[in-house]
Amino acid sequence: MTNRLEIQDLWVSHDGQMILKGVTLTLPLGEVHALMGPNGAGKSTLGKVIAGDPTYQVEKGRILLDGEEITDLSPDERARKGLFLAFQYPVEVPGVQVANFLRLALKERLGQEPPITEFYARLKEAIELLDWDEAVLSRYLNEGFSGGEKKKNEILQLMVLRPRYAILDETDSGLDIDALKVVARGVNSMRGPAFSALVITHYQRLLNYIVPDVVHVMMNGRVVKTGGPELALELEKRGYDWLKEEVAGA
Amino acid sequence: MPEDLKHIADDYRWGFRDEVEPELALKGLTPETVRKISEAKGEPAWMTEFRLKALEAFFKMPMPKWGPDLSALEQKLDDFYYYVKPPSRGPAESWEEVPEEIKKTYERLGIPEAERKVLAGVGAQYDSEVVYHKIKEELEKKGVVFVSIEEGLKEYEELFKKYFAKIVPPTDNKFAALNSAVWSGGSFVYVPPGVEVEVPLQAYFRVNTAGFGQFERTLIIVDEGAKVHYIEGCTAPLYTTEALHTGVIEIYVHKNAHSRYTTIQNWPTNMYNLVTQRAIVEEGGYHMWLDGNLGSKVTMKYPSSILKGRGARSEVLSIAFAKTGQHLDTGAKLIHLAEDTSGQIVSKSISKGEGRSSYRGLVKVSKNANRARANVECDALLIDPESKTDTYPYMEINNETAQIGHEATVSRLADDQIFYLQTRGLPEDEAAALIVRGFIEPVAKELPLEFAVELNRLIELEMEGSVG
Ligand SMILES: Nc1ncnc2c1ncn2[C@@H]1O[C@H](COP(=O)(O)OP(=O)(O)OP(=O)(O)O)[C@@H](O)[C@H]1O
Ligand SMILES: [Mg+2]
Repeated sequence: MTNRLEIQDLWVSHDGQMILKGVTLTLPLGEVHALMGPNGAGKSTLGKVIAGDPTYQVEKGRILLDGEEITDLSPDERARKGLFLAFQYPVEVPGVQVANFLRLALKERLGQEPPITEFYARLKEAIELLDWDEAVLSRYLNEGFSGGEKKKNEILQLMVLRPRYAILDETDSGLDIDALKVVARGVNSMRGPAFSALVITHYQRLLNYIVPDVVHVMMNGRVVKTGGPELALELEKRGYDWLKEEVAGA
Repeated sequence: MPEDLKHIADDYRWGFRDEVEPELALKGLTPETVRKISEAKGEPAWMTEFRLKALEAFFKMPMPKWGPDLSALEQKLDDFYYYVKPPSRGPAESWEEVPEEIKKTYERLGIPEAERKVLAGVGAQYDSEVVYHKIKEELEKKGVVFVSIEEGLKEYEELFKKYFAKIVPPTDNKFAALNSAVWSGGSFVYVPPGVEVEVPLQAYFRVNTAGFGQFERTLIIVDEGAKVHYIEGCTAPLYTTEALHTGVIEIYVHKNAHSRYTTIQNWPTNMYNLVTQRAIVEEGGYHMWLDGNLGSKVTMKYPSSILKGRGARSEVLSIAFAKTGQHLDTGAKLIHLAEDTSGQIVSKSISKGEGRSSYRGLVKVSKNANRARANVECDALLIDPESKTDTYPYMEINNETAQIGHEATVSRLADDQIFYLQTRGLPEDEAAALIVRGFIEPVAKELPLEFAVELNRLIELEMEGSVG
């Protein structure tokens, strides 16, 4: 079976500075993995590089999607293959209505104009599940959105576009407890054999609602430990120092 | 047909060439040309006089000493055709009467689908002659006049004379003088008191002869409490030589009347586009200029509203898109002459490649215009590092109670926006075009649907191959 997202020995630099130093990680389709690690470890960079951010330079290594190398594809080509990144800091695009934008994006995702009924069905389902008001659809993309609304909007896009592999970068940060539950509900509704997520987070709180199959910990540009859901609980209790020592000792 | 009339390149994206021989083509700027134009149109003596005086004024007036470089144009003034009469039998009453070639032209412009429904209210112009014209029956019943400017002079001379050149006199500027001397084509609109015209009046015209300038002249009178929306669209084919478009648009908005003038123009990139647009707004009246400028080599255009009566209001919304080799110098003028007048200017410009767009605007408040309010917002978007923009906001405020706001922004097409949209599946080009469309949205949303769609399409074409 090649249905998985694979990162093989990935080295990535920015402005001559090496940020990722040999990341290896496999995310099989159908699973949800958590990616944790201290500030500056390189989690967001990994997410953006998987999505194809041209700001970063891949020095070495490969990214494979379902067995096909995508390391050199443009971000939109990757998206059309079913990859999605929910941004840690979603970008504002003034003057572009959420609904309009979603229709264009879904058209790219499906390779053809979505039937209007299907499009609205997806919108309606997502809006309801997210406990949101349809008014958001006529607002401009992220413009003037509160921090929490921006995060919710990422999940709205996720639900409408239905990617196969999603990376969620700190979608929980800045959310109140109700919004957190709503976002988790959105992600959980996507779970199934044809959907995977790499959930980047600092908090166990989110993982209580989105229970991961596997937990990875990144430090200093590398994945230093992989374990089950209990690893996240241990980090919550003990912090990162013990792991740092373990890594240094190894 | 003279050789130089045949050289119309047909490789422009809208390009087409019609095998229609003109009946009369007048080249060069002389009193003789002017007299012949007037004669060909069968005008009354006062108009011939008016034209000749305007030509004199034109020769006396200097070229503008500010704004884009017009020196190349100055050298060429004698090479243009100032009048071309196509071989038509005059205004056609119905679509069936329109010559086949011209129908084909409209088809290639994509007009029939979008416009046939509303064609009943259209005066379309072929070269400088109206070939197709029909007035919607309800309009006629309401007493609304919507005819070619020539017909306006012929059939409604009294009314015509009362307003013509009163809002923009020939001496206003050098190119208004030129237009006054050689004007040809355009619309004459009169809406009687209290009459609200629901459907926008649309006029399509095109320029079709090499070296021939278009000198259209439009006069719109909106009587007390009346309401009208006039739309002018223009897409012209490419010329092998530089061409000149010099229009004059005059609008009189009477007490409590409501009017809009919308135009989306996409000129070939060797066109000088120098247009004077002005409205006078009486007490309680409202006028909106909505102005989209694409293409051209040089555009100079500053739609103005003179807020003459108490509580008169005006909005001027504009979009300009300048690419390499183009300088679009556009803006707006608000002249507050009375109390409680208010105005709003929103200008959105996009510069791409080495294109340059300039905002040039004036807000003037006279001494007695107590509580006048004006707000100016001009936003520039730069697509490439070498793209240029500049801003010349002039203010002459002579009343202390006036409230004037001004806000200018310059932004660049942001990589993080492009990346964000790309991660949702949009190719880079489309992502860039979407950002540009979002940028102009505050203005574009005021457009009727089919024009908004058309504008989006033009923007997409302009943005093709822009990044990466
Ligand atoms: N575009 C950039 N320019 C400069 N430095 C960068 C850039 N992107 C990442 N870095 C650096 O790379 C390192 C990793 O950053 P990254 O954002 O990937 O960390 P993170 O694990 O997501 O941290 P956090 O938990 O705080 O979100 C940091 O030292 C950061 O400053
Ligand atoms: Mg991060």
